[in-house]
Amino acid sequence: MPDTQADIDREIADISTAVAKAVAGGEPEPEQPLRDYKPYRSTVLRHPHQPLILTEQADTELRGPVFGVTDVTELDRDLTRHGLGEPLGERITLTGRVLDRDGRPVRRQLVEVWQANAAGRYAHHRDQHPAPLDPNFTGTGRCLTDDEGRYSFTTIKPGAYPWRNHLNAWRPAHIHFSIFGTAFAQRLVTQMYFPNDPLFRHDPIFNSVPSEAARQRMIATYDHDLSSPELSLGYRWDIVLDGPSATWMEEGR
Amino acid sequence: MKPTPSQTVGPFFGYALPQAGGGDLAPAGHPDAVVIRGFVYDGAGDPVPDALLEFWQADPSGGLDGQPGSMRRDHVNGSFPGRDGVRFTGFARVATDADGHWAIRTLPPGATGPGRVPYISVCVFARGLLRHLYTRIYFEDSAADPLLASLEPGRRATLVAVAEPGGAHRIDIHLQGDRETVFLEFR
Ligand SMILES: [Fe+2]
Repeated sequence: MPDTQADIDREIADISTAVAKAVAGGEPEPEQPLRDYKPYRSTVLRHPHQPLILTEQADTELRGPVFGVTDVTELDRDLTRHGLGEPLGERITLTGRVLDRDGRPVRRQLVEVWQANAAGRYAHHRDQHPAPLDPNFTGTGRCLTDDEGRYSFTTIKPGAYPWRNHLNAWRPAHIHFSIFGTAFAQRLVTQMYFPNDPLFRHDPIFNSVPSEAARQRMIATYDHDLSSPELSLGYRWDIVLDGPSATWMEEGR
Repeated sequence: MKPTPSQTVGPFFGYALPQAGGGDLAPAGHPDAVVIRGFVYDGAGDPVPDALLEFWQADPSGGLDGQPGSMRRDHVNGSFPGRDGVRFTGFARVATDADGHWAIRTLPPGATGPGRVPYISVCVFARGLLRHLYTRIYFEDSAADPLLASLEPGRRATLVAVAEPGGAHRIDIHLQGDRETVFLEFR
């Protein structure tokens, strides 16, 4: 018998209760997902059992790759213009800033996104669920942050989609993000969600971040000032990179 | 400020993140080019066919400034033509194939300072991995390196590539289990 949504909901609630108890007992509030998170079944064999080794003497990891105008085209940030015609769905504009833990902008670094189309289908061979592909939407984009750390994309709102973690499993709508910091140790791959999604409470990937406050940091805000008349709805989402930044390099760059 | 939490790269990154020539760090025909390869395994010893690996390293002289051009775009038709064949960017990105195998072709990193032991920094992403993992590839087991020196020999060996008869260097990544790779965190 495959696990049901009720099984998964119960496991999510149990872990959430255990974490809340630990926090009440003085443990720090977790800011990141638990690598060992059984409700998301694929984690079981894919997380290390040994503790991570804290490495003080790192020079390579405190620097990172650089990207430039050769690595992006002007069209890359507008995912609605990659086909011959208009993609189906609700057009959105999405912007925000990439900052380090001290609130400093991460300048001229690469932000990449990928997502399902409005029907919830990825342009990927492994996604064969019965929803249509959109010939005018591939769902990938990239841009460089500006001097204030700002990124922006025009795209369409992705649909929810099914997956096989358990019976009747559905992912809340999300856009995958990949962000480079000034240090390789600041690397981030995450998912941005949309406000008030009814699937949040059922999704083990979203809930792998056990703190409610931390989960809120993955959800964009609807911002009417970013909406364009007769064109698109606006969302804002700021990103804060974890890890040590290359502060000592900032002056020389 | 509180960080944005990480989430898994998922199973569908394959049409977005890996690009043509992503593992070809070494300029075309460079005489010092080395191949580094291996497999990614899960805790049951099964290959992981949906992992994404990123590599960042010093250039042969130990420089860490990097160069743009790792994901060069064609501004005429929007394709990914690969690198320019000349500049050494220091960055590579490859997905594992259906066997869980990966390979890069690079130039050996130089020492980043006196007494430093060269290594390549590796970042591992995969479906089922909610937060990426960092590890390193060394080419020799040296007591001069503070990280290697701090580990017991069995674990240390997981960070050192082994020269193969054909000239390639082999290093496997075990996400979990008896031969689990040493994974790192930074402060
Ligand atoms: Fe997804």
